[in-house]
Amino acid sequence: MSELLVNNVTLTFGGLNALTDVSLRIPDAGITSIIGPNGAGKTSLLNCISGFYQPTKGEIAFGGKRVSGTSPHQVTKLGIARAFQNLELFRGLSVVENLMLARHLNFNYNILEAAFHYGKAQRQESENRAFVEEIIDFMELEEHRKHSVGTLSYGVQKRVEVARALTLAPKLLLLDEPMAGMNVSEKEDMVRFVLDIVQERHISVVLIEHDLGVVMDISDTVYVLDFGILIAGGEPQEVAAHPKVIEAYVGVEAA
Amino acid sequence: MKLENAAQFTMPQLLKQRAELHPNAVALRLKEFGIWQETTWGTYFERVKYFALGLYALGLRREDKLAVIADNIPEWLYAELGTQSLGAISVGVYQSSVPSEMAYLLEYTDCKIIVAENQEQVDKLLEIREQIPMVEFVIYHDPRGMRPYQGDPWFLTFEAVLEKGKNLERENKTLFDDLLDMGQPDDVCHFSSTSGTTGKPKAVMLMHKNYIAMAVGLSSIDPLEFGDDYISFLPLAWIGEQMMSVGMALVTGCVVNFPEEIETAMSDLREIGPRVMFSPPRVWEGIQSDIWVKIEETYPINRFIYKKLLAWGLEAADYRLQSKPMPPGVKFKAWFSENFLFKQIKDQRGFLRLKRAYTGGAALGPDVFRFYHAMGINLKQIYGQTEIIGIAYVHRDGDVRFDTVGKPIPGTELKFADNGEILSKSEAVCKGYYKRPEDTAALLEGGWLHSGDAGYLTDEGHLVVIDRVSDVMHTKANEMFSPQFLENKLKFSPYIKEAVCYGDQQDYVAAFVNIDAATVGNWAETRGLAYTTYMDLSSKPEVIALIKLEVENVNANLPEHQRIKRFVCLYKMLDADDEELTRTGKVRRGLVQERYAKLVEALYSNVSSTRVQAEFKYQDGQVARVETDVPVVTLETGIKILAGVL
Repeated sequence: MSELLVNNVTLTFGGLNALTDVSLRIPDAGITSIIGPNGAGKTSLLNCISGFYQPTKGEIAFGGKRVSGTSPHQVTKLGIARAFQNLELFRGLSVVENLMLARHLNFNYNILEAAFHYGKAQRQESENRAFVEEIIDFMELEEHRKHSVGTLSYGVQKRVEVARALTLAPKLLLLDEPMAGMNVSEKEDMVRFVLDIVQERHISVVLIEHDLGVVMDISDTVYVLDFGILIAGGEPQEVAAHPKVIEAYVGVEAA
Repeated sequence: MKLENAAQFTMPQLLKQRAELHPNAVALRLKEFGIWQETTWGTYFERVKYFALGLYALGLRREDKLAVIADNIPEWLYAELGTQSLGAISVGVYQSSVPSEMAYLLEYTDCKIIVAENQEQVDKLLEIREQIPMVEFVIYHDPRGMRPYQGDPWFLTFEAVLEKGKNLERENKTLFDDLLDMGQPDDVCHFSSTSGTTGKPKAVMLMHKNYIAMAVGLSSIDPLEFGDDYISFLPLAWIGEQMMSVGMALVTGCVVNFPEEIETAMSDLREIGPRVMFSPPRVWEGIQSDIWVKIEETYPINRFIYKKLLAWGLEAADYRLQSKPMPPGVKFKAWFSENFLFKQIKDQRGFLRLKRAYTGGAALGPDVFRFYHAMGINLKQIYGQTEIIGIAYVHRDGDVRFDTVGKPIPGTELKFADNGEILSKSEAVCKGYYKRPEDTAALLEGGWLHSGDAGYLTDEGHLVVIDRVSDVMHTKANEMFSPQFLENKLKFSPYIKEAVCYGDQQDYVAAFVNIDAATVGNWAETRGLAYTTYMDLSSKPEVIALIKLEVENVNANLPEHQRIKRFVCLYKMLDADDEELTRTGKVRRGLVQERYAKLVEALYSNVSSTRVQAEFKYQDGQVARVETDVPVVTLETGIKILAGVL
C-alpha cells in the first residue's frame, strides 16, 4: 500500500544538522501531524519528502518506491502533492488557470492541435477542466473561479493553494501550515476541508501546524520534532502527556 | 404554451400535463461544475414521481407533513411537488434558521419527514433530535461529510428515496396516477410561515388553487412566454420565491434557473439574462450601490459621462413615472442615454433581456425606483401577504408610481374596513393558519382577507399602503394618517435625518424635523453660508426655506388631510444617549413629545416663533442650558402645490 516510510534521515547544511536520524511512518489513511517549535526541522522534513532537498543520509520510500534521490516532479508523479506555507500561486492568473496549470502532467497534445483547439487538445482540455471543476466544487471556490488570484483574500488564496495540490490527484497531501494567519472562522473552514479531504477523497494528509488545539483535535498520529530530533510519536493524547514534549514546548523549571 | 384550464388541476397534475405536452423542453437549470445543467419537463416529472413513490414507501400519506430545508436546488421542487402528489403537505423552512426556530416550526407543523440539503442542516437537526420525536426520517441531498452518520436509520439519501420509488412503481404501475388523481384544487398543499415579527411564526395553509389563481391572474396582465428565463436565488421558504418558481413556472412554463451558489447569484444572473425578476428592496438597493461604487472608482471622464447621462435618464424617468408624454428634447435624451450608457450597464448586470422586474416585501425608496426607471428597467411594486400567495396588487406596465403599490390583479377584489384596513378577496386567499382557529377567524372575518395594513386609493385608482392599522392615528376630523409613513417620506429627503409627526386628535398634522448635519452643512458651505453649531445651522432662515421646500414636495403627493401644516427644525439631534431614540434608531414618540412639550404646543398654536430653554448633557454628565428662539413654519396645504422637481 502507499504508506510513506522515513528511514534514519539526516539532513546537514554545512556543519548544522537540520534533521538527525529521523525515522517515522506515515500510514496511508488519516491525518498525521508533525509539530515542534520554530526551527525544529518540520519544513525541512517536508522538503525531503517532496524531493526538494536530498537527505544527506537515510532513505524515504512511498508505496515501496524510493523517493529520496528523485526530483520533485517525479515525486509528484508518485502521488505526493504539497501546499506551501507561503503561497506559491500565479497571482496574475485566475483560479481556474492556476488549477489547470497543475494538470499539465496530463496534457500531451502538440502545438498545432493547441492552436486550433482540435482533436486531442479539445478532448484533454475538457476532461481536465471537468476534474478541475470537481475540485472547485469541493473547495467551494465557485464564487472566485474567474477572479485573478492576486485579488483574493488571504484565506481564499490558502484554499486555492490546497485546491491546486488536490488537482494533482495525489494519494498523499503535504500541508505546510494551512491555517497560519487565519481568523477563527477561516480556521474552522479549513479544518473541515482537511477532514473532508481525508474522508471523502481518501487522501492521507501530513499536516504541519502550530495551533496545537487543532492538531490534537483532528490528528490520528502526531510526531514531535525538536532541534531536528524526533522526540515523540503516537496518538495525540500520548504525545501531549510525553515529558519531553512538555519540556520542548514549555521549557524545564530550573532546579 | 399556456394551459388554459389550469384552475381545474392541482400543481403536480399541472406538472404532468406539461410533461406530456412537451417532455423535452427545458424546465429547470442548475449551474454545477461551471456548466448550466438542464432538466426537461419530462425528467422533472419523473423525478417528482419517483420521489413521491419513495415517500409513499416510507409511509407518507395524505395530509402528512414534510419539511424542506435547502438552498435553491431542483431537489427543493422535487420534494415539494412529490409531497403534494400524495396529497401530503410540504413545509418551507428557512435554511438560515437556528436549531431552536427549526424545532418550534417542525413540532408545530407535525412534520414526519425532513428533506435537508447537507451536513450543515443535518447537524442542526441532530442538535434538536430529542425535541422532534415525530420526525421519522431525514433525507439528505449532499452526502459530503455525512460518513459519520452512516448506519443511523434516521438518515436516507435523496437517491435512495428515488430508488425506493422506482421499485414501488415496478410492483404497482398505477399507484402514482391513482394517488395523483385523488388531488383536488382546494386541497392544502404547502405551509409557508409568516415572518413572525410579532410572536411565534404561524404556518399559512396554502391550497393548489391559491397558487394557480395567483399565477393565472398575474400572467394575464404580465404575460410570460413559454421558456422565458427566471432566476431563483432567494429562499424557497419565502412566499415570493414560491410564487415565481412554483406557481408562475407551472402555469406559464417559464424556465427556473438555480445559481451555482448563493454567492455566485449575481454573476450567474448575467449568464442567464432573465426575462423576469422578483427581489425585495435590499437586492435592488445592493445592485444600485454596487454600480455606484464601481463608477466612483473609474476614471474622471467616465464618471463625468455617467453622471451626465444618468441625469438625462432620470429626467426621462420622471415623465415615465407620471405616465406623461415626453417632449422631443427629453425623448432624445432618453434615447441617447439608453443607447450610450444604460444598455451597457444592463448588459454588464444581465438586465438586458428583462421584460419586467418586481420589488416587494418592503418599501423601496423613490430614488432607487427612479434609478431603475432611468435605466429603462420596468421595475414594479408588488403588494400582498403570504396569506394571498404574496401578490394581490401590482403596477401595470406604463402606469408605475413609486409611492403606490399599483392596482389589484385580475380576480382580486379590494375594499376598506371602517378603520382603513385593506381587505382583499380572491381565489388566492389561503385557508387560514394551521392549528390557530382564532387567528384564522380574525384573518378571514366576513370572507375577506384582513391584511392588518391601512391604506387608501389615489385618484388614479392606485392603492397606497401607509402603515400597520395598529400604528395609525386619526385627526380630530377622524381622518386617518400614519406618522411613520409621513416620517419616512420626509426622511427620503437627503437634508432630513429624522422626523417626528404629530396630529393624533388634533386639527392638522405637524412635524419636528432634524436636519442632516452633513448634507445641510455641505449645502450651506457651497453657498458661503457661515454657521457655528447644529443649533445655529438649524435656525438659519435659508436652511428653513430649504426644508420648507422639501416638506412641500412631500405634501404635493399626499391627500389634503395628511399634509404637514406646520413644522419646526429641532435645535438638537434626537439621540439614543438621551433616550430619545431606541438603540435600533426608532423614535420614542411619547418621550419626545413630553420633552419638547413647549414646541408641540407651539405647533398647534399660531405663533411664528417660540422661545425655549435647550438643555445639553455632555459626556461627563454636566448639563448646559441655552435659551434659543425656534421658528415655527406654516405651509399652505389647501391648494395643491406644484413641486419644482417632481
